[in-house]
Formats: sequence, C-alpha cells, structure tokens
Amino acid sequence: MSARLDRRSVLKGSLVLAFALAAPGVSGEAPRPKLPGDLARHPRLDAWLRIGADGKVTLMTGKVELGQGILTALGQLCADELDIELSRLTLLSGDTRHSPNEGTTAGSMSVSQGGSAVRQAAAEVRALLVGLASERLRVPARRLRVRDGTVSDPVSGGSVTYWSLVGGRTLNREATGTVTPKPASERRYVGRPVPRLDLPAKLTGEAIFVQDFRSDTLVHGRVVRAPSHGATLVEAGTSSVERMPGVLKVVRDGNFLGVIASKEWQAIKAAAALAGAVRWSEHATLPVEPHAWLLGAPSQDTVIQNTVRPAGPPPARTLEASYRRPYQMHGSIGPSCAVAEWDGDMLTVHTHSQSVFDTAEAIARMLGLPGEKVRGVHLHGAGCYGHNGADDAAADAALLARALPGRAVRVQWSRQDEHMCEPYGSAMVVKVRADVDEKGDVLDWNYELWSTPHGTRPGGNPGNLLAGRSLARPFPMPVPRNGGPPNYAADRNAIPLYAFPGQSVTTHLVTEMPLRVSSHRGLGAYANVFAIESFMDELAHAAKADPVGFRLRQLQDARAKAVIQRAAERFGWSKGRRSPNHGRGLGFARYKNLASYCAVCLEVFVEPDSHAIQVVRAVLAADAGEVVNPDGLTNQLEGGLVQSLSWSLKEAVRYDGQRILSRDWSTYPILTFSEVPPVEVVLLDRPGEPFLGAGEAAQGPTAAALANAVFEATGARVRDLPITPQRLAALRKG
Amino acid sequence: MPFTLTVNGESHALEVEEDTPLLYVLRDELRLNGARYGCGVGQCGACTVLCDGVPLRSCFVPAASLGGRALTTLEGLRAPDGALHPLQRAFLDEQAGQCAYCIPGMVMAAAALLREKPRPSEAEIRTALDANLCRCGSHNRIVRAIQRAAEELAR
Repeated sequence: MSARLDRRSVLKGSLVLAFALAAPGVSGEAPRPKLPGDLARHPRLDAWLRIGADGKVTLMTGKVELGQGILTALGQLCADELDIELSRLTLLSGDTRHSPNEGTTAGSMSVSQGGSAVRQAAAEVRALLVGLASERLRVPARRLRVRDGTVSDPVSGGSVTYWSLVGGRTLNREATGTVTPKPASERRYVGRPVPRLDLPAKLTGEAIFVQDFRSDTLVHGRVVRAPSHGATLVEAGTSSVERMPGVLKVVRDGNFLGVIASKEWQAIKAAAALAGAVRWSEHATLPVEPHAWLLGAPSQDTVIQNTVRPAGPPPARTLEASYRRPYQMHGSIGPSCAVAEWDGDMLTVHTHSQSVFDTAEAIARMLGLPGEKVRGVHLHGAGCYGHNGADDAAADAALLARALPGRAVRVQWSRQDEHMCEPYGSAMVVKVRADVDEKGDVLDWNYELWSTPHGTRPGGNPGNLLAGRSLARPFPMPVPRNGGPPNYAADRNAIPLYAFPGQSVTTHLVTEMPLRVSSHRGLGAYANVFAIESFMDELAHAAKADPVGFRLRQLQDARAKAVIQRAAERFGWSKGRRSPNHGRGLGFARYKNLASYCAVCLEVFVEPDSHAIQVVRAVLAADAGEVVNPDGLTNQLEGGLVQSLSWSLKEAVRYDGQRILSRDWSTYPILTFSEVPPVEVVLLDRPGEPFLGAGEAAQGPTAAALANAVFEATGARVRDLPITPQRLAALRKG
Repeated sequence: MPFTLTVNGESHALEVEEDTPLLYVLRDELRLNGARYGCGVGQCGACTVLCDGVPLRSCFVPAASLGGRALTTLEGLRAPDGALHPLQRAFLDEQAGQCAYCIPGMVMAAAALLREKPRPSEAEIRTALDANLCRCGSHNRIVRAIQRAAEELAR
C-alpha cells in the first residue's frame, strides 16, 4: 500500500455528511471510563477514522513520520483492531485541517499516546460497525465475523461491508472506553515486522519529501542569516540584487532578509550576493568555556529529589566526580525546507515540523492572522532527532510567501544555515558525590546538574521562531521553562533508578542562552545517564566489584535487572578474556524512568600509540513493553545507539567568542560507515504490557558504555564528551 | 547557452544559467527526486548520481559541463518494465533506512561499487560508502542490503 496522503479524496468524503448517523443520547449515562492516550483529548471517533463509500479507510493522526516508522506502527494497530487489510488503509498525518491535534511528535510518546488512542478508536469503530451489521443482518453481533471490512454471519452466509453500512458518512459518536481491544492472539499485524509503508516511495524517488513539493506557482526563496547570534543588520544594499536574473523580490523586515527568485540556483546566487552586500553589527556573546560559564551563570535551582537516608552506619568512603557534555547538533542530512503559499486569505505551509499545529499557530501570530487562516500540512523531511530548523524554515517561507501572494515559495536552508542556526543540544555539567558502605554500595547519592534549556519549540509563540525574533517589531523570545515531572527536560533521567537509601538531586537551570538550544534526542537524559552510569562504573571499580553485579544488587526493578542481564548474557560479559587494549563497558537506563528499559554493552579497542578508539561490537537489550513492530523498534534502537556513538566519539559544536565555526561536515564530523560497529539488538517483548516509548532510549546508555569500555581498555576515565583520542592522550600522559 | 544532457537514457535540451549545478537541473527542470540536496559542497553524498557509471556529486558540478556524458539517477536504475533494481529490492528487503533521505545517494554509490567490484567484502563496502553520510544510524542495514544485492546480481 502507499502511505501517501490523498487529501482530495478525504476532503470529498468529509463533504458527504448528509447521512450522518444519529448521535446517541448522552443524558443520564454513567461517567465514561478514562480513554487511553490522545483519545482523551479527541474522543470523537470521526476525528480518527473515516470509512469511504469506495471502501477506503482513512486513519487521521496528529503524529507525524520523522523516519521513525510511526505511521507504519499506527497503521498496524488500526488495521488489527478494525479487521481490515493494511492495504485498505490510507494515513492522513499532521494536517491542521484534518488531523486531531496530538501536540508535538516527540519524547518517545507516539506509540504510547498516539498508538493507544488509535487502537482504542479503531476497536470502538469496529464494535459500532459490527453492531450496525447485526441490526442489518438480524443476527446477534457475537455471531458475526469480520474480514477486511466485510462482516459476515457464518450460519446464514449473509454479509455486509463497513462501507455499505456507513461509507462516506460521519459516525457521530464519541469513544466510550468500554470496548476492549483484541487479545494478542487475534492480531495479525501488531507484533510483526511489517515493512515500512513509506520506504518504497523513498527508494524509487517518488515525491514524498517536502523538498520534493512542486506546484505550477512554485518559486524559490532563500534567507540571509545573521552571521552570529544577536547580530543586527546595519546596511542592506538590495538594489543590485533586485536586478539579478530571475529575482522576483527582496524582502526585508528588520533583521530578516530574504530573496525570492524564479529558479533555485538564481535564488542561491542572489542570496549569496545579498549576503555580500549587507553589513551586520556583531558582538562577542558566546562563552568559549561553556562549562565554567554554566557554573557561574544565574540559575533557577530546583531540588527534584530529596530522600533522607534512615539512620544507619556512617559511610566508609566518599567518592565524587564531575562530567560534561558540549553543545551538539541534530545534524539532519537534509537541511530544513518548507513551502508556503498565501492566496490573499489563507496561508498554507508545508513543513516537516514535529509540531505542525503549534508552529502554524506561531506563524499566524507572527503574521497577525487569525489562527484558522494558517493551515499547516506535514510532509516528510530528513530525520530531525529533535527540534531542528524545520519550524524556522516554515516561518521563513511564510514571511516570504506573504510578500508574494499567489506563489508557492519554497525555502531550502543551506547546510551552513542548518549547522549555524539550528538549536543545539545544550552543554551540561554534572557533579555527583556518593557516600558508600564497606561493600562499596551507595548510601547517600548527591547529584547536581547545570544546563541551559532543552525546550524552545514554537509552542504557538513567534518569539520562538528565528524569523519572528528578527522582525522590525520583533517578538521577544519567551523565557523557557524546564519540563518538570514526569518527563523532565534538563533533568530528564537525573533521578537514578537505583535504590539508593539517601538521594538528593538538584537542577540548576540557566535560562540565558548564548548559544541557541532546544530539544535534542533524549534532552538531558543523554548527559545524565552518561554521568550516572559512568559514576556507577567508577564506584564499582572502587568497590572491586563487577560492573554488572554491582548494578544488579542496587536495583529493585525486575525489568531493569532483566535487560541488564540479557544484554550481558548476549554480549558474553562473564565469559570473554580481555585482550590487551580492549575493554568492555555497560550502560543502562530506563528512559525518563517511565519509558523503555535499555542496556548497552560495548567492546572497544584503543590503539596504544594514537589512542584512536574503535568500537568493535555492541549489544543492546531493550524492554519497550508490548512491541508493535519489532523490526521498526530494532531499527530505532540500533540507530539511536549508532547516533549516540557519533555524538560521544566525535561531536562538539565549534565556536569562538562571536561566531559558530562548525558550518559544514568537515568542521562538524560525524560517524562514518567504517566507524560503525556491528550491533546486535535483543528485544524483551511484553505482550499485554503498556507500550513504552523507545526512540530515545539508547542515547544515554551508549555514551556511558563507551566511557566505561574505554576505561577498562586504558585505565583512563574520560569525563568529558566527546571521548576523543586527544582527551585520552592528555589523561594518559597526565 | 542551450545544451543537451543525457539522463537515464533520454536526451534533454536545456537552457539554464551555465553555472547551474546538475542537482538543480535534475530536480527542478527534469523533476527527478532521487538526487537530494544535503550540503552543496560534495561532503555528504545525498546528491550522488552516476556519470558514465562513476559516482558524481551533482550538487556542485555545473550541468552544462556534462554534455555528452551518460547520467543516471535513482529513477534510471529501474528496468524498462519498471521492475526495481536489485539494490532497490535489497534495500527494501533489509528495511535499510529510517528517514531515507540519504538512501538514494547510498544506492547510487553502491551501484557504482558493484559495477566496479561485483563481490565486495564488507570492509570494501564500508570504505566505498565512507563519504556518504547517514544520520539515522542505518549503516549496518545499508551494508547488508548491498551484500544482498551483490549476491543476487552474481547469481
């Protein structure tokens, strides 16, 4: 089947409302049971599913495909509960006009929130349709069987299809929460490695990405970005550029400067000429020593965990250490892109944003339009791994389109735009101290972290858009808040899952942002798990204990223990004899302390002269609750592990006091094929258990496993990310 | 200056500014999506096409300089009857890709490799693809897909 979204047919369907089913009486009914996931926000079944008169079924979702396979997983859940073939299903995703607003597609929550909603909605629609069939066929509902939307009575042989019952009409019902989804044994798609619905189009060059969007009115826009944070446009000589071939318009509003041309190359050349013809006033605002700066900056301090240890023996020893993470990029392979068209009344924006609804709202406010006058439509982009330039490109396109009505303006960011302007994952500092008993087990754990924010997504506010902040009448950037429980943000995974008797965890959030920062896959969990699991290794070493056993004896959660044991077992932790210059390392976390459990074991080889670090192999074990698509889950976990290795071995944004210096892949290198180890993923499936998000689960454990393996190989403890040969050399010589 | 470009076996008369890189001619004039913009300076491989069977970074080579060359994009790999190329099938069989933005470039680099070296070792595949960047971490699946396609092509 194709996952391509046929909006026209859906639109047609939505217009045929004449025969809507009568709404059931609602007065005097018992209170509705709690609806799962996003169904609670959108209980109308018509918000999720439409049965077309032509036999096509459309699933509408506010969650969007980011390359993580979510649409395939949602399709599997829907097809199973509705008893239809997956090929009968069309998915309509992330369209502010047609989809339920499910917020941002982020935080490893799409299956747990969106998937559980789809499962329940589909189960309820099936029950409704089987009820109608029962009336039509005059047989008890329990006797009916459904196969691919055809409801039949095995006794009489009578049958009726979903689409002959309700095709083209709205269902006019709210979910009741009283229908029970199928048992695992009756599912055909869930739990199986169903191939990705969008991959065939991507392998044959069909127009599926926003970058591929074309229309008869398409023109090309480029924005000239400020060369540094906070720079102001002093002088813009635009007249020579306006005369360049193909140039349709130069748009300037305050510090926002863009150009629109007929052809893409003309737009690129015009933007380059414009960049050469303008003068900016710049200031040195970047902290060259970001960790010292973080420790000294004013901060919002919150104690997020404070458990006082009951009276007991005094500690035998106290150990402490501190860990640091640099600014790191999302580094999407395809720079951000958007296409916007203003028809004089409505603005339509095609975007690969993770938050189409909020971004459309922010754009509406930026342009002074009522919210309903901006329609956001999601199209695929390159993987984003968090908040990258997608929303800003959408705002750029909107501003340019507003200046040239009747033309679809496509804005493609350059590689340099993306590298310099995307919001990075924040630099962080962690200090941790542990009082331990005679055996080396932790009695009191004291943990403090310093970070700038991890969430500056648009959230409906134009002050969070680069363009919005650049206008002559700029929208001020709001002061970001930290996330808070249960998901947390800077302090995500800062509370250890270990059963330490005394625990104190403090967050120091620095809201000033000299470098632009926002959500980067895993948020603070990457640095926090790196710190906690590195320190656990240091404690195990001090206790002369095996790192696996040391963790197991301080954990109470059986599922946590199971993933560590499974990873260690598959890795051959207790067996292998250590070769010279080789080391093994383990890292573990339950993502957000509420999503997937993930343990990673790595083996590294460190070349003794150059200190070059080669990851020889990796094993990852995960418990993501009930698994919808084991191949998709494996792909996400392995991808997360490889990406985290890239971050942890190579990546740090380079900058001086004024400008970002990482402007291409040579100044921000990432892991390449020859550096990627073989990875084995082991899944602990838990049918019947809730879905646990997994897309970000591998980031932290992988970083820690790497540091711990390098320590075993060399005896040197690298507490700064990334773990580079230079750092290792300095430690070993020191 | 008008010029002629041969893409996927078809000849196209074109008139664009003469320094226009091939990528924009493929995407905007010929409406082919396979070659993708990634960096504009030949560092990432997303724009890879074949020029007389050899990988070429289309993002910075002027199209007008390629007259008389046989250019092949992802779209040109399929058989005349529309059947997928063994590499395309193998990438699907291995589910090699997540966002898949880089994948067409990977497929083209692999096609050139297999043409040169029908049975490459795993290390040779990795070396051949080292200048093609993937950010999702699908590297191992991509390597397996190329191995699978090599086996099929050798049969």
